[in-house]
Amino acid sequence: MQSSAALEYDYSVAKLYMWTAVIFGIVGMTIGVLIASQLAFPELNYLFGEYGTFSRLRPLHTNVVIYGFTVSGIFATFYYSAQRVLKVSMGESKLLNGLGYLQFILYLIAATGMVISELMGITASKEYAQMEWPLDVLIVVIWVLWGVIMFGLIGMRREKALYISMWYYIACFLGVAMLYLFNNMEVPTIFFSGGVGAWYHSVSMYAGTNDALVQWWWGHNAVAFVFTVPIIAIIYYFLPKESGQAVYSYKLSLLSFWGLMFVYLWAGGHHLLWSTVPDWMQTMGSVFSVVLILPSWGSAINMLLTMKGEWNQLTENPLIKFMVLASTFYMLSTLEGPIQAVKSVNAIAHFTDWIPGHVHDGVLGWVAFMIFAALMHMATRAFKREIYSKSLLEAQFWIQTTGVVLYFTSMWIAGITQGMMWRAVDEYGNLMYSFIDTVSVLHPYYTIRAIGGLLYLIGMFMFAYNFLMTATAGRKLEQEPQFRSPMA
Amino acid sequence: MFHWLEKNPFLFSVGVFIVIAFAGLVEILPNFAEASRPIKGLKPYTVLQLAGKEVYKKDNCIACHSQLIRPFKSETDRYGKYSLSGEYAYDRPFLWGSKRTGPDLHRVGNYRTPDWHANHMWNPKSVVPDSIMPAYKHQFKNVADLATAYAEAVTVKKVFNTPYGDEIQPGKAAFEKYYKTIALPEAMKIAKAMKNKDVLAMVQQGKIPEVVALVAYLERLK
Repeated sequence: MQSSAALEYDYSVAKLYMWTAVIFGIVGMTIGVLIASQLAFPELNYLFGEYGTFSRLRPLHTNVVIYGFTVSGIFATFYYSAQRVLKVSMGESKLLNGLGYLQFILYLIAATGMVISELMGITASKEYAQMEWPLDVLIVVIWVLWGVIMFGLIGMRREKALYISMWYYIACFLGVAMLYLFNNMEVPTIFFSGGVGAWYHSVSMYAGTNDALVQWWWGHNAVAFVFTVPIIAIIYYFLPKESGQAVYSYKLSLLSFWGLMFVYLWAGGHHLLWSTVPDWMQTMGSVFSVVLILPSWGSAINMLLTMKGEWNQLTENPLIKFMVLASTFYMLSTLEGPIQAVKSVNAIAHFTDWIPGHVHDGVLGWVAFMIFAALMHMATRAFKREIYSKSLLEAQFWIQTTGVVLYFTSMWIAGITQGMMWRAVDEYGNLMYSFIDTVSVLHPYYTIRAIGGLLYLIGMFMFAYNFLMTATAGRKLEQEPQFRSPMA
Repeated sequence: MFHWLEKNPFLFSVGVFIVIAFAGLVEILPNFAEASRPIKGLKPYTVLQLAGKEVYKKDNCIACHSQLIRPFKSETDRYGKYSLSGEYAYDRPFLWGSKRTGPDLHRVGNYRTPDWHANHMWNPKSVVPDSIMPAYKHQFKNVADLATAYAEAVTVKKVFNTPYGDEIQPGKAAFEKYYKTIALPEAMKIAKAMKNKDVLAMVQQGKIPEVVALVAYLERLK
């Protein structure tokens, strides 16, 4: 601790990822607004021929916002905050810093490959694991490099005890490594076919029900270890740092961490309720989903209580606004998820728009808000400049919050309406609606959702402009601010 | 309380790994062998059907269509018998989907015909006026990748013992023989049933458009 005053942190790799987070954020959310609009106005499917249909673009949207925007945000915050909580600079090891650059370059190559291959329709078709085997291999390399850098920094650390954020980054690293490897077990066909067929094609190691189980063990836990665990790492570092408050309870963070680790993995089965996987597994998925409220709310409450006695900051500092609302959305989302995981509710909710609604109150309200706040906080330190515009941040906050609310409320109504119509019967027990009736009825909700998404995208552009101006034209700072980020 | 653990990154990481790996073992392993078994009489996909499955993946039908009929009366009334685990034994990957913007397709072969599909893929509104599904006209021009589908059949036969006959062998010569003697005639049957002149003309020239493979696959879903 005592030597920290002399330590000059090296943010060069962190900065690179900060820029890619902004760029992928714009790209991914623009595609998102386009595909949301396509559902309301199908003519929009024909803008780019074969490459512009909803079906082709949908995985591109999810992959760019997950692996582009979110993962960039995770890497940026890691390369920024790991040095600081471990009290060691990336600059102290040429090797680690070099590996950091290498990791970034490989990441860019993989991301480009991902975008191109998905536009072309080259896909393994498993949700959030669409990339074919050559890209999977590249991703394993990127991930291993990250592990080497993480444990390299840990090996060099001056602060002996790992801070809470580091627990979560370690868990993110291990969890994704395990899940990604097992879910992407696939056999490249070119090795067996005697030179026939495409070299990049592969076939899954698992079939049918087993494939579904492994996929949703992954799919659900990609949410756990990409959208939850590292984002908790981010809030545990940036909220106390920005507010100048100590974390409310160490014991609560301990309980939430180990609770989350143990419980989360069990809950994957809730994606397969009423399917052909065994009943006991479905019930386990349901039960553990409900238990999951405890560790989730534990973290969120711990963060909210960290603001105890300092709630005035909520009105004064837009970054605190983003983070406090993010933890609130985290609570909403982690209550909504377990409700949907109850078998009787799931019978109505599954396959409907309530599911994307649920996903988006989590990712727009929690994940992206945290990343925005962290990026701005880091910008003042990494670029040694004041935040360009406070009022722009405030405006962004309200526009995006309105967007999220429009998004999930419309999708709640759409989902429940459709779920009820699918099962509605007349007095003789015959189905009341043909399928297309249940599609036509959704038009107004799809329109509202597209508007909500558009508002959020507008906020994203405001953020990008604000970030760019902060990095290039913000008032210069003599030294790193300690707590609250200065803004004009 | 746990401070000692937080000072030992190695033990800490081992602890985390055990705690997270546990659930996967308990949930996935016990049923693995049982869930791999096909129902009686299930045949593996023909190469043309596999090529159709690749079109289904390429144009990502899974974004809006499920292949999983849940055991509710409202679903069995609408789509047919509820889905059984063994029906999916040759599905690599599984294509259950997670969203029904359009209807379920697990038994679509029971109640739609090739010419209905031909009209629908060319212009969905021609058969379902309020449809919000995009038209997939490019499937009528693009040639289906039978070679890759064949490679997949060879691979699953070798690696997973999927019960294909002797007609599936590695190598280009074997593929070409298969293409001429088995795949093309199969495609011709589908093309004739689709009642679309351009499609038929293409198959007569020895080229199989994507839509023919796709319809072969959809016809198989029963």
